[in-house]
Amino acid sequence: MSIQIENISKSFVGDRKVSALQNISFQVEPGKIFGLIGPDGAGKTTLFRILTTLILADEGQATVQKYDVIKDYQKIRRIVGYMPGKFSLYQDLSVLENLKFFATIFGTTIDENYNLIKDIYIQLEPFRDRKAGALSGGMKQKLALCCALVHRPEVLFLDEPTTGVDVVSRAEFWDMLKRLQTKGITILASTPYMDEASMCDEIALIQDGQILSINTPSGLISEFDSPLYGVSADDMYNVMNDLRDHTSVVSCNTFGAEHHVQLKPDIDPTVIRKDLEKSGHENVRVELITPTIEDCFMNLMQQ
Amino acid sequence: MRKMRYILRKEFKQIFRDPAILRLIFIMPAIQLLILPFAADYEIQNVNIGIVDHDRSTYARELVRKIEFSNYFNLTGYSNSQKEAMQWIEDDVVDLFIEIPADFEATLIREDEATLLMAVNATNGTKGNLGAAYANNIIGEFNRHVRSEWVQWPAFNPEPQIEVVHSQWYNVHSNYQRFMVPGILAVLLTMVGGFLSALNIVKEKEIGTIEQLNVSPIRKHQFILGKLIPFWLLGFVVLTIGLAISYFVHGIVPEANIGVLYVFGGVYLFAILGFGLMISNFTDTQQQAMMVAFFFMLIFILMSGLYTPIESMPSWAQIVAWINPVTYIVDATRIVLLKGGTFTDIRFHFLVITLGGLVLNTLAVWSYRKQT
Repeated sequence: MSIQIENISKSFVGDRKVSALQNISFQVEPGKIFGLIGPDGAGKTTLFRILTTLILADEGQATVQKYDVIKDYQKIRRIVGYMPGKFSLYQDLSVLENLKFFATIFGTTIDENYNLIKDIYIQLEPFRDRKAGALSGGMKQKLALCCALVHRPEVLFLDEPTTGVDVVSRAEFWDMLKRLQTKGITILASTPYMDEASMCDEIALIQDGQILSINTPSGLISEFDSPLYGVSADDMYNVMNDLRDHTSVVSCNTFGAEHHVQLKPDIDPTVIRKDLEKSGHENVRVELITPTIEDCFMNLMQQ
Repeated sequence: MRKMRYILRKEFKQIFRDPAILRLIFIMPAIQLLILPFAADYEIQNVNIGIVDHDRSTYARELVRKIEFSNYFNLTGYSNSQKEAMQWIEDDVVDLFIEIPADFEATLIREDEATLLMAVNATNGTKGNLGAAYANNIIGEFNRHVRSEWVQWPAFNPEPQIEVVHSQWYNVHSNYQRFMVPGILAVLLTMVGGFLSALNIVKEKEIGTIEQLNVSPIRKHQFILGKLIPFWLLGFVVLTIGLAISYFVHGIVPEANIGVLYVFGGVYLFAILGFGLMISNFTDTQQQAMMVAFFFMLIFILMSGLYTPIESMPSWAQIVAWINPVTYIVDATRIVLLKGGTFTDIRFHFLVITLGGLVLNTLAVWSYRKQT
């Protein structure tokens, strides 16, 4: 196992005790992309900081490439790359200077590992002498990834790498991660975007410091046990209210242009359409749909 | 070694790209050394004085003339009503007034003795006190003058008279600039050494880069040295600029081997850098570091003997003053620059600052380690 986490708990003592992580356990196989999916405040960053040896867990054990996060923290620091959620490179140094600096403190050079970062660095090359602070959001992200990769880490920790980046750059970013995966790097990434979950080999849904489910994206979707319907009509807002009041409806959540509706067992969806039409809604459409990761997450959250 | 070199290169790059730091390093010593020594001057010259003259005799006029033509006073009020004079003090027209009683001359002649009233506005303590002292001096002189005119001295003086003649050493003309400049130099070193370094380290915390460094195999001592060495060197730059200004502008020719001052400056910077490092360990933002640094700076400077002599402080304050590192550098620069002191003269300063530096830096490195 590349990353092994057993019963990790961590709480912060402030005005009141906040439990950031409760009994977290999971493992990541070598060469896999593992996604931590969850809303803000779920405890993702805390877990990253424990695994990157920045803070100590209250309870439990964790190893990265068989190295214990407490005993062998110095060894871990040599073999992991960490990209914190907040852009934290030197804004007053140029792209090249940042990269050189991080290569040097890891005791290596850009040339030595150039083939690993080449795909990403090529895009940064035109701006190599620009100050990091003057880069666009997407470019900053790429630079941060380069800096985290420049010493050829065995495990890469990416804390919300795509937050605040446009859709195109996000897709590009995940393509880059896929390519890195082929080079044998284990990746643990967190994201609040459910649509990115399908890019991972395995995901853990995390909320309020607890893991709701661990599965492959397709496994998670197949776990969704009841049929899901997409409902749309002209007056979307009132449709939602009517659906939520409906006795046969278990849950109704809005996804883009339609509501995803879960019904009680053995309820015929045509009943819903008729009831909505009876309430005066026009152009009502009810279709069976495949659940998304987000549906699974909402479902697990509501349980 | 390659790592260390690159870390230093990075620090220097960042320092030289920060216009605020550069301005601070080159302009601050210039402004402080050009303006402060001229402005912050203890010699009080324009004391406003009022005279209430009930006598209007020859002697009274002579006394008033003596006061008026001294260098210290501006005669801003002349009246024969004490009430009016009190109003002057109320209105801040005068800092003190002297009341000459109606029978001043007559009593002086008849009884060989006369009384004057002096009322001082003590809201500005220094001005009032010094003004009163000057006035006393003038009256005393006037008194001797009158006596010499009146009394027929015997062939030899029946009372032994001691006249005190004093000469000021190391600052012959009691020039206030000569006194201030070495002190300001010392303060500048403290600013650059202590506080710029503290701000610099906290900046890494603030922008989050310290996180990235902590995950790397960079060693603590490499990081800390990378932060301290540039400011240590910049301290020497500031010292050199400062010495140049004091030589060319204030005409302060170092009386002794200036190397002693550089060596002591180096040791002092080491100590104060440790202090800066401590501040950075206990603060998370530059703003906090700034406020903490400012708090200590104010205490350090006011209790360093730069403005007010340590000897005039109460004994508990003297203890504080001799714990204060700034006291040692202020004293040492004065000894070396004005008195021509050598290594032997400031060996006690060396000892204390070296020990202090070791203690501060050990504490700083220790507390730094505990935090991450």
